[in-house]
Amino acid sequence: MSKLEALTGNAAVANAMRQINPDVVAAYPITPQTSTVQTFSEFVADGLVDTEFVTVESEHSAMSACVGASAAGARVMTATSANGLALMWEIVYIAASNRCPIVMSLVNRALSAPINIHCDHSDVMGMRDSGWIILMSENGQEAYDSMVQAVRIGEHPDVLLPVAVCQDGFITSHALERVELLEDEEVQDFIGTYAPQWSLLDLDNPKTYGPLDFYDYYYEHKRQQVEAMENAHGVIAEIADEFGKKFGRSYGYLEEYRMDDADVVVVAANSTAGTARTAVDDLRDEGLKVGLLKLRVFRPFPAKELAEALSSAEAIAVLDRSISFGSMDNSGPLFTELAAALALQGVNVPIADYVYGLGGRDIAPGEIERVYRETLEMAETGESRGVTYLGVRE
Amino acid sequence: MATRLAPKELMKQPERLAPGHRLCAGCGASIVVRQMLAAIDEPVVISNATGCLEVATTIYPYTSWRVPWIHNAFENSASTISGVEAAYRSLVRQGKMEEKDVKFIGFGGDGGTYDIGLQALSGAVERGHQMLYVCYDNGAYMNTGIQRSSATPFGAHTTTSPAGKKIPGKQQFRKDLTRIMAAHDIPYVGQAAPSKWRDLMEKTRKAVNCGGPAFMNVLSSCNRGWRHATDETLEITQLGVDTCYWPLYEVEDGEWRLTYKPREKLPIEEWLKRQGRFRHLFKPQNRHLIDEKQEEIDRKWEELLERCGEA
Repeated sequence: MSKLEALTGNAAVANAMRQINPDVVAAYPITPQTSTVQTFSEFVADGLVDTEFVTVESEHSAMSACVGASAAGARVMTATSANGLALMWEIVYIAASNRCPIVMSLVNRALSAPINIHCDHSDVMGMRDSGWIILMSENGQEAYDSMVQAVRIGEHPDVLLPVAVCQDGFITSHALERVELLEDEEVQDFIGTYAPQWSLLDLDNPKTYGPLDFYDYYYEHKRQQVEAMENAHGVIAEIADEFGKKFGRSYGYLEEYRMDDADVVVVAANSTAGTARTAVDDLRDEGLKVGLLKLRVFRPFPAKELAEALSSAEAIAVLDRSISFGSMDNSGPLFTELAAALALQGVNVPIADYVYGLGGRDIAPGEIERVYRETLEMAETGESRGVTYLGVRE
Repeated sequence: MATRLAPKELMKQPERLAPGHRLCAGCGASIVVRQMLAAIDEPVVISNATGCLEVATTIYPYTSWRVPWIHNAFENSASTISGVEAAYRSLVRQGKMEEKDVKFIGFGGDGGTYDIGLQALSGAVERGHQMLYVCYDNGAYMNTGIQRSSATPFGAHTTTSPAGKKIPGKQQFRKDLTRIMAAHDIPYVGQAAPSKWRDLMEKTRKAVNCGGPAFMNVLSSCNRGWRHATDETLEITQLGVDTCYWPLYEVEDGEWRLTYKPREKLPIEEWLKRQGRFRHLFKPQNRHLIDEKQEEIDRKWEELLERCGEA
């Protein structure tokens, strides 16, 4: 039985953390993630969780303590945003490489400089090669549901990788929304107990973690991370399926919206998918055949699924909330990766990139309608266009 | 009953750091680690900062550690062991693990402790984790090839504070980390040296049984950086102690106590002249640096005597 509540995205995530009841949380406050750890610390103070809450002096130490606790066989979580993630950077890679199934709530915010506390995806895009599984969320409900699933995904013996669950800073992290919370027991039953195969606290069988690994083994260990990421692909689907069957909310790698007969498709992630839905409805009312493809799983990148979903489109536009400076056309990372995926899968469809919303710049349905109209024109000409910086003063 | 700190008894203790590691002949670090771990009868879990001790003991697929051990990165030995300790407390409190009086120890060199790891160390002890952090202080970034750290002694030649024609080695006096850690008002802080092994082992015992965070700063010779023969390690270490460059003392619940007072306080030259890194100080134009160094050592020694009620 679910409980309906009005919660911010951060409160929804904090409640997921309460219900997961991790053994250790190590976290440091940073806007816009702060209210998650604040709310969670209230749960700790009120004795609603068994968690050892480590109030570290920096995000670097947050991730460092998480790695130590995870190696010690604990179920471990953290939360951060932007510069906090950047300060963790070194240990973000170590967490994945040491195969620590840490779950992180990442509330997406623009990276400095200039300093800016509002939403874009420059933080998460920077960690895309770090070896973390990365899930995107349109709203608080999805962030909540994915936090619960993330525990299972990361801890799966064929995976053993950390998982970041993203949502948009302020736009959903601070927006009060209708969220269906599962019962505490339902969450506990779903995630089960964590029984790691190896633990630093197995005193009778001492293990060495994080040894020096040279040219004779390092490469193989990296190859094993690839295998884990490949395994994650299937595990994510299995666990989403189980979650959907149990609780009635279904998740996949992607979510298609009015795509059946769509001539043009916009690809978006996180909260902008919600805005795009409105634009799709408005344009459909005008008789335009437009659809939306929402990306839920960014890592591992679902190249085949994307290509399959987009194979019958006549033109595609990507919405990128960050710039990969110096990349092909100075476009966004989602675009370059999707364009490559389509090319390799033999899907030859005109494609354009729209960078938008940097530093929290608002995006309105009207702007997304413009994207659709230009993409419809592109379908006519049949020629791909480069990047457009949507909503910027040139 | 704790094992008596007598060589006869201690030699029966199983080695926790196995032989076959690749630390240099005469390295102080392995002596420090073996003495300290032999002083602890309880199970230990260790974190190790990046550095000589780490790279030379765990070249995959080999390990010299017969106890649970983790290396995370350079600057986070303290935060890593704080996470391990938090996990232990959580699992024990929830009944997921049996309580076994585990001692959590973080090791780091002076680069990983005085410099890049100072924040993580300060944070970890402030949070009150039951852990002992040990700095094995050899006075430079020895693992990367003898670069100066904030622990490098005044006047020392290192590869980033070379004794040149204009600048005669390191220009700054060293950071007093032991005192910084004492200022955290944690239950136990100790400064020790492996040449006084019983003192080091007694301090280790106090540190791991103090009921809260503890810090120990241990002088650890690196003959590659200090420039002395490999069989002179403990002799030169003891000269550091007897010249009062490295006084042996402890701060237990705020009480400062000198644990060793040299019968005769030797002039600092006695320590300097045995090490190649100070050779340039003996040139006539640099003699004043030795005087400056002596003055600083005297000043700090007097201050310490006063704090310890020995003045």
